[in-house]
Amino acid sequence: MILAASAANYSGDPVFAKGLDLAVWLIIIVKLLVVFVIVMAAVIFMIMYERKAIARLGNRWGPNRAGPKGWLQAIADGTKLAFKEEFVPEGADKVVYRAAPFISLVPAFVAFSIVPIGGTLSVDGYTTRIQLADPPWGILLMLMASSISVYGVMLAGWSSGSKYPLIGAVRASAQMISYEAALGLTVATVVVLSGSLSTSAIVAAQHGGFLYHWNILRSFGAPAAIFFIAITAEMTRPPFDLVEAEEELAGGFNMEYASVGFMMFYMAEYIAVVTNSAIFATLFLGGPDGPRIAGHSIGPFWFTLKVLVLLYVYIWIRATLPRLRYDQLMDLGWKRLIPGSLALLLIVIGARVSWRWGLFAFAGCLIAFQVLLRAIEVGQSRTDAGAELEAP
Amino acid sequence: MSFLTENKFVSFFKGFLVTGKQPVKPKVTVQYPEQKRPKAERAHGRHVLNRYEDGMEKCIGCELCAGVCPARCIYVRGADNPPDAPVSPGERYGFVYEINFLRCIHCDLCVEACPTEAITESKLFEFSFSNRQDAIYTKAELVVDDSGKPKVLPWEDWKPGDDANTSAWVRATSPSGRADLEGAPLWSGELGYGTRPAQAGQSDAAAADAPADFDISVREVEAAELKGAGVRATRPVPRPSRPAGTTP
Repeated sequence: MILAASAANYSGDPVFAKGLDLAVWLIIIVKLLVVFVIVMAAVIFMIMYERKAIARLGNRWGPNRAGPKGWLQAIADGTKLAFKEEFVPEGADKVVYRAAPFISLVPAFVAFSIVPIGGTLSVDGYTTRIQLADPPWGILLMLMASSISVYGVMLAGWSSGSKYPLIGAVRASAQMISYEAALGLTVATVVVLSGSLSTSAIVAAQHGGFLYHWNILRSFGAPAAIFFIAITAEMTRPPFDLVEAEEELAGGFNMEYASVGFMMFYMAEYIAVVTNSAIFATLFLGGPDGPRIAGHSIGPFWFTLKVLVLLYVYIWIRATLPRLRYDQLMDLGWKRLIPGSLALLLIVIGARVSWRWGLFAFAGCLIAFQVLLRAIEVGQSRTDAGAELEAP
Repeated sequence: MSFLTENKFVSFFKGFLVTGKQPVKPKVTVQYPEQKRPKAERAHGRHVLNRYEDGMEKCIGCELCAGVCPARCIYVRGADNPPDAPVSPGERYGFVYEINFLRCIHCDLCVEACPTEAITESKLFEFSFSNRQDAIYTKAELVVDDSGKPKVLPWEDWKPGDDANTSAWVRATSPSGRADLEGAPLWSGELGYGTRPAQAGQSDAAAADAPADFDISVREVEAAELKGAGVRATRPVPRPSRPAGTTP
């Protein structure tokens, strides 16, 4: 029974085995700086990767002038943006207006700290994981970060003192809160499958066989699909980018921001894409798990490869799908993803107990779905009838 | 098997195939400063002042171009030709001739107005200046050189063909609208080119209907080179004329 994987035993980062001395502090600080640099480099890379890939998906070349093959374009744009005028609108709440970009940016950084990049590193007798932090409640940090980043968007829209950003922010908060439920439930499914909240333990539970032992196949793909959709909506990436619908909102929640403030929102968005791709790889694609080459474990390589493929999928989706309407967005979130992820969680929990319980949960969910469908139908017909009555 | 192809779920992923195929196709982007699309045959660009085949300037300083110019960008001052060293074959010549290209709208009215075909437009539009003084082209810059070619100034980006057919020779298929003059060039020769032949197609209905070589749009010329890039290489088929008295 592939569903009944053995629960991985959690063990913290081995660097703490000898207690907290100066060397451990130094290792942690160096790791912190390295992760910061990696994330910053990843953001610059992602901006260029997206611009070049989306250009090719639209039969264009994309930026190819600044630097070798145009790869320095993002740095040129960023430098230009940083030198622009820092402008605060008259009606803005100054303190909140200034703080909002940070509230958006910091959680995006924090979420990356729990991602296991793969393997361990030994320095002078100290062994440490290639992962910034490995708390026993690791994956909750990611849920926390994505919840807090809503505040950045919300406060930015509210404090701008302008109506378009406010509408954008209201949309953003409603959308993010709606999809967080589905997100949390699919993460819970993975946690039940792996038997731990720690990301390193989740990765370890998927270790062992290439592909067939990964959570994406152990959970038959459905939670992965729901997680992917939910995380896309959570990041307000296309096709869920109603928050910054240019046609309606003239830019969205960050409309009144310029210069560094705007840059921070922009960076937060791209950090979130990279981080969430990494978390998807961790939860469903086995993280750094992959075949060994010549007896060497090359976890970071496999991890990077998976993240790159996922990033390409995000770009491909952006190039292909048109933006959803607001009611379609809410329909998808509340009527499909939340019941779907709830059912999957129940089935997986049932299957972990025994196959009979799994079957029982499956049958129960089927019945519940019928009831739900009927309820939606009835509700829809009443709404339609009401609309007819109101119509002149 | 129609349930496999007409399924909502399947057609959702078909959309991804459409975009996913694009990266392997030839790109429609033209790498502009290095590669340039051919310009339209009658493109209006930077002016030139032409000369006769014997080297005399065509401009007679009549100021008609300056008078007709809607942007008032042309300044002309005529002067009497010095008897011992005449500049133009007429009585007077353009002593000062200046065009301010910050004002010029390239409407070609000066070309239409000119009685001697002295001023014509080349196809060059890629010239820029770092100060306003450079935008005012003087006569020394506008007059063609001894080979009949426009002078290439340091800030101008001439490409082959930009100076082709700069004169107004393509205008007249039949000068003065008289059918018996069709094909008879009534215009003067030009330094470097001589007398140009007339354009075909007035009495010959088939020739008149057929698009002339210079009418083929740049897009179509490019499309022939970009097969498979989503650009149609064939010209649209003209709709057959409807018999009289029928309604659509």
